[in-house]
Amino acid sequence: MAQMKYYYELTVSSSPHAHSPVTTKTIMRDVLIALLPALLFSVYNFGFRALTVTTVAVASCYGFEKLWNILMKKHDKTYDLSACVTGVLLAFVCPVTVAYWQIVLGAAFAILLVKMLFGGLGRNVVNPALAGRAFMMSWPVAMSTWIKAGFGNAAAVISPVDIATAATPLANMHQGMMPAESWLQLFIGNVGGCIGETSAIALLIGLAYLLFRKVIKITIPAAYIGTVAVLTLLFPMGNPGFEWMLCHLFGGGLMLGAIFMATDYVTSPLTMWGQIIYGIGCGALTVMIRYFGGYNEGVSYAILIMNCCVVLLDRIGRPVKFGAPKKEAAK
Amino acid sequence: MAFSFFGGVHPKENKHYAEERSVQTFPEPDLLVIPMSQHIGAPCKPLVKKNDIVTRGQKIGDNQGLCVPVHASVSGKVKAVEMRPHTNGSTVMSVVIENDHQDTLCPDIKPRTKEEVDALTPAELCDIIREGGVVGMGGAAFPTHVKLSGAIGKADTIIVNAGECEPYITSDDRLCQEMPEIVVSGLLVAMKILGLKEGHIGIEDNKPKAAAALKNAAVGTGVIVDVLPAKYPQGAEKQLIYAVTGREVPSGGLPVAVGCVVINAATCKAIHDAVYLGMPLIERIVTVSGDILLEPKNLMVPIGTSFNELMEACGVSENPYKVLNGGPMMGTAQYDLSVTTIKACNAITFLGHSNNFYVEDSRCLRCGKCIDACPMKLSPVLMYKAMQSGDVDEMKSINIMDCIECGCCAYTCPACVPLVQGFRSAKVLIRNAAAAAKK
Repeated sequence: MAQMKYYYELTVSSSPHAHSPVTTKTIMRDVLIALLPALLFSVYNFGFRALTVTTVAVASCYGFEKLWNILMKKHDKTYDLSACVTGVLLAFVCPVTVAYWQIVLGAAFAILLVKMLFGGLGRNVVNPALAGRAFMMSWPVAMSTWIKAGFGNAAAVISPVDIATAATPLANMHQGMMPAESWLQLFIGNVGGCIGETSAIALLIGLAYLLFRKVIKITIPAAYIGTVAVLTLLFPMGNPGFEWMLCHLFGGGLMLGAIFMATDYVTSPLTMWGQIIYGIGCGALTVMIRYFGGYNEGVSYAILIMNCCVVLLDRIGRPVKFGAPKKEAAK
Repeated sequence: MAFSFFGGVHPKENKHYAEERSVQTFPEPDLLVIPMSQHIGAPCKPLVKKNDIVTRGQKIGDNQGLCVPVHASVSGKVKAVEMRPHTNGSTVMSVVIENDHQDTLCPDIKPRTKEEVDALTPAELCDIIREGGVVGMGGAAFPTHVKLSGAIGKADTIIVNAGECEPYITSDDRLCQEMPEIVVSGLLVAMKILGLKEGHIGIEDNKPKAAAALKNAAVGTGVIVDVLPAKYPQGAEKQLIYAVTGREVPSGGLPVAVGCVVINAATCKAIHDAVYLGMPLIERIVTVSGDILLEPKNLMVPIGTSFNELMEACGVSENPYKVLNGGPMMGTAQYDLSVTTIKACNAITFLGHSNNFYVEDSRCLRCGKCIDACPMKLSPVLMYKAMQSGDVDEMKSINIMDCIECGCCAYTCPACVPLVQGFRSAKVLIRNAAAAAKK
């Protein structure tokens, strides 16, 4: 055998040896940045308790994932920030008056049962934050105690004596009435509701950022919001119909759900046609629950139901391979 | 007319390291190791033995069947005929030549005049190309005479691949800038063999100087220079054919199925040298580049020069993390720098430790970016899942065999899943299963 010269420890691996700067961590970081405007608005709208609830949710999601990895002796991947995104979203779908222990339990359910038990990021079937919210609906009163918008109102609410509750726009609309607020107020978000859902404009700024950074495509939000718009315009329950539609679009959790929840990579379809059908399904279910359901808000359950259909939707619209025979291309 | 193929990525081009460096002749090394297997097909059998005296351009290996001969790149004494490491990771029979620095030319090498070449028949030209040891120099190293003779009467379009979409590599760029008339002349020979009046040269728009030089040299020859938008993998055969002609090579088929032949720009030069100069393929332009090189260069290197010597000629600023035969998208990582340049080695890339993107226990996010990036319109995410399941039928039905291993999916995957590596192992499983079924 010839003499070999080993100068250095060289790494041998399969190509490619170059990688795009976009990684899971940068994507999650971009999502967190996109959620910032809504968080800032929630502090303006509900006071500092919005921030502390969000912080508790993020810390407990992150902590539970780390704990799971330590206990199960798994490779710790909390650095990818996905638990932090779940934490923010979980807080965003809770009322600002929610008790801290409730949000910790919700985080435990979301991370431990929904995410990690299925194998961690990428393996979960449904959106952890929404599943966490569905679990927290076990305390229906706590989860539907709404306070009037306005900085500092929350502090009064925490003392159980005097709860300054208010009907949310969706509660009115569920009764077939136009909400007390104008659609413009709903658009800006100076209304009652969950922590992160009230301001459509703040969430749309987040959408613009995500689109600009190419984190998500417009497909799912457009199909989702478009379906809700068409259905509420065709079947208005209040007058005038156009304003009724706008109230449905900007009220409740539609924007938050369509932009940040339904677009979750893990629990949405891969192909464009799958995503379109998924978006339409989410939209149709949202409107049906809002119109006919026992509960005011349909977004979270609509998305959870459609999450379960993703495995089927992945079969639709796969690209036809380059150079496929004509017959196969026609299929 | 240029079409844009589906998918693709835009990796950082990094061509600035070497693109302004004109081609220098590398001082001939004292010792050359010439592998007997530098092409797809049967390896050559050595025609020389230890202590034989060889001359520059002398045939030192040949074989029957799908094979092209190998020639000595310098004159000197055969020091050994033995197994040596090869850039593909294995060890192959190689002829080790001690350079006497005399450059004694092989007496068989005789230039031909234009009139003599014009009088040759296509079959004679193919034979000359074979004897000149010409193989596809873009990476796959398919014997050129087989490609050309197999396409006579079937091909209506010939395309020269000067795309060079891989980051860092600038060897074809420099070739086209500095010797455009030689590239065109080689193409004209190939056109003559195929009986075509028209030929195409496909080049990316990030090489304006090379494109201008080619256009200049092509005036009045029937050669058309197609300037294509820069996108990786523009230089992949099927994507290039689609970009130039709009034709889709059928799955599992060869370019000739849609009447196309693609040859690399460097191969054109080798054809020209073999036909007009009588000089076999014994040297080629190699880009030595990388983010840790002190002095990136484009070098005219004799076949058989060791990577060590090239690294020493260019200098590195830190211990290399990876050394690649080729560019970062499709190059093969080397474990031993005593391997030597072969006919298809267009670049050697030295990467520093900042290029480490390995992720332990990487998890697919289902973001679908790989589907958007795949130029073959496959679904890498689902293919990888099929590979993990171990179900060979599933792997076949999800088109893993159509993967061209360009690396777009793995490049773009935010979770850093080793997709291409998975598909390579899946292909082995599918081939093994097919072989087992035959028995």
